[in-house]
Amino acid sequence: MKVERAKLTWFERLYIPSILNGFKVTLRHFFSWKRSKVYGDKQSSYSAKLTMQYPEEKWPVPDGYRGAPYLVKDEDANTKCVSCQLCEFVCPPKAIRITPPGQSGEADREGAEKMPKEFDINMLRCIYCGFCQEVCPEEAIYLLKDYAITGENREELIFNKEKLLSLGGEDKRAYAHHTQDGVTEGIKKWEKKTQEAKDQPAFH
Amino acid sequence: MLNFVTEIFSSYPWLIVLVKVLGVFAVIMPMVAYSVMAERRISALIQDRIGPNRVGIPFTRVKLLGLGQPLADGLKSFLKEDFTPAYVKRIFFWLAPAVAMIPSFVVFAVIPFGSFLGAQKMVIADLNVGILFTFGIVSLGVYGIVLAGYASNSKYPFLGGIRSSAQMISYEIAMGMAVVPVFMLAADSAWQSNLTGTWKGYLDGVGLLNLSSVIAYQSDSFFSWMIFKQPIAFCIFLVAIFAETNRLPFDMPESETELVAGYNTEYSSMRFALFFMGEYAAMIAGSALMVVLFCGGWTLPLGATLDPNGYFSTPADGIIQGVLHMVVFIMKIAVFLVLMIWIRWMLPRFRYDQLMNIGWKRFLPVSLANIILTAIVLWATA
Repeated sequence: MKVERAKLTWFERLYIPSILNGFKVTLRHFFSWKRSKVYGDKQSSYSAKLTMQYPEEKWPVPDGYRGAPYLVKDEDANTKCVSCQLCEFVCPPKAIRITPPGQSGEADREGAEKMPKEFDINMLRCIYCGFCQEVCPEEAIYLLKDYAITGENREELIFNKEKLLSLGGEDKRAYAHHTQDGVTEGIKKWEKKTQEAKDQPAFH
Repeated sequence: MLNFVTEIFSSYPWLIVLVKVLGVFAVIMPMVAYSVMAERRISALIQDRIGPNRVGIPFTRVKLLGLGQPLADGLKSFLKEDFTPAYVKRIFFWLAPAVAMIPSFVVFAVIPFGSFLGAQKMVIADLNVGILFTFGIVSLGVYGIVLAGYASNSKYPFLGGIRSSAQMISYEIAMGMAVVPVFMLAADSAWQSNLTGTWKGYLDGVGLLNLSSVIAYQSDSFFSWMIFKQPIAFCIFLVAIFAETNRLPFDMPESETELVAGYNTEYSSMRFALFFMGEYAAMIAGSALMVVLFCGGWTLPLGATLDPNGYFSTPADGIIQGVLHMVVFIMKIAVFLVLMIWIRWMLPRFRYDQLMNIGWKRFLPVSLANIILTAIVLWATA
């Protein structure tokens, strides 16, 4: 194939105009000191530096993101998990280990039947699949938005019940995460599921 | 005590040379380290990034704009595994980094980096054939690259070595020819015979090809700088220095985008760092040459109003003046270093046939014409 070369004038062939243009472009980029939040307006203009200073600046994590699974509390700050062990059984990498309370187990409030004695999630094994969240009948475990789980040794990365509860429950991120259409009081997963089941055409 | 020291130095003159060598080395090495740092930061800013800004003083949280980065880089090079691939030509493989690095440091031997410090002229070897020595040594640097390409026994380094040798024969002649008019102007014995003040001591017994005499010639005013008197020679020399130091747009031996890393693909650890230091030391040496030949060396001719006693434009009497002259010289080098780094992120790479085209068909005739033109002007004004 023959490539058609553009005919250059003698002035262009001196390279000087293109060198001057090069100085202009590089200078313009060099002096672009504006720092914008995240991508957004960065790609549209050359006036901002693209680097995100990671530990200080972080991405806004989108809704529906599957981060680390944590235990959540209800509106009265009570443990919702009832130690049914469904998540433990469904967990593909076997990251969850629940120690049930046994016959003499005590709950932290009146009226609650049962709650786990121990609830460990090995964050080194977790694959963030979300099956535990999907299977939980009590809406007690949620994949929240944490993605940078770091530690200095392996033991540190096995999160126990207290840690999971404090990470998951305190700021109601689970609720904000799943709040829809002004529903603020909790998640009501099963209400929705029941409604969905009812809305399906009759099976017979 | 002081008498004892002066006695030792006067009975062993080579000790002074040794002290100068160590002093120059102690200045060049940090300059190499920080020109790498400058390269990284400037490239980052030009590409809309921020660049390394984390490493500060070790074991503290002080960041200092990342100025500790060269220290961390150096430490990393020392701690990495020094890997020798199988089937390399071992002796040449070991020799090549040294051969690439040593010439770029040896060039500093003849460069006058200051006027006087005490009674000592601030140049390691005040050779009368300074410029010839420089050209001789500078072209040796190519051997290191060619040797590395040959010894690595691998196709990309080999291509890099071939390109480097093709590159050398195309710029070297134009580079030498470009400097000739500079010496046609400077090596004029008429003005050297009526020197005044400290210049007399500075140019005592030096020949006409000595680099100090070029500086003396340019010390009158800014317009006596060769960059204004010989702009064509300056342009050719600048381009040749870019080719000499393997900087973009003429980084054929390295060509990261096509030859992996060119001649140093097979090198790791400190041996790679030697190539790297050699490249940046060559940049500093090239900048120093341009400063000496075209931008007045350590002088700063501020003019009669700002600087009536010629504090910055005559060789120094005192220690402080001498140190200031060296600072001026380093600042001028820094300007050229920034220019070289800047150009790297601006222009695409030339093919090596294009470089040969430019070297042989454009620069060589132009530099010859420049010599003839200078000769005619000198003849007409004589």
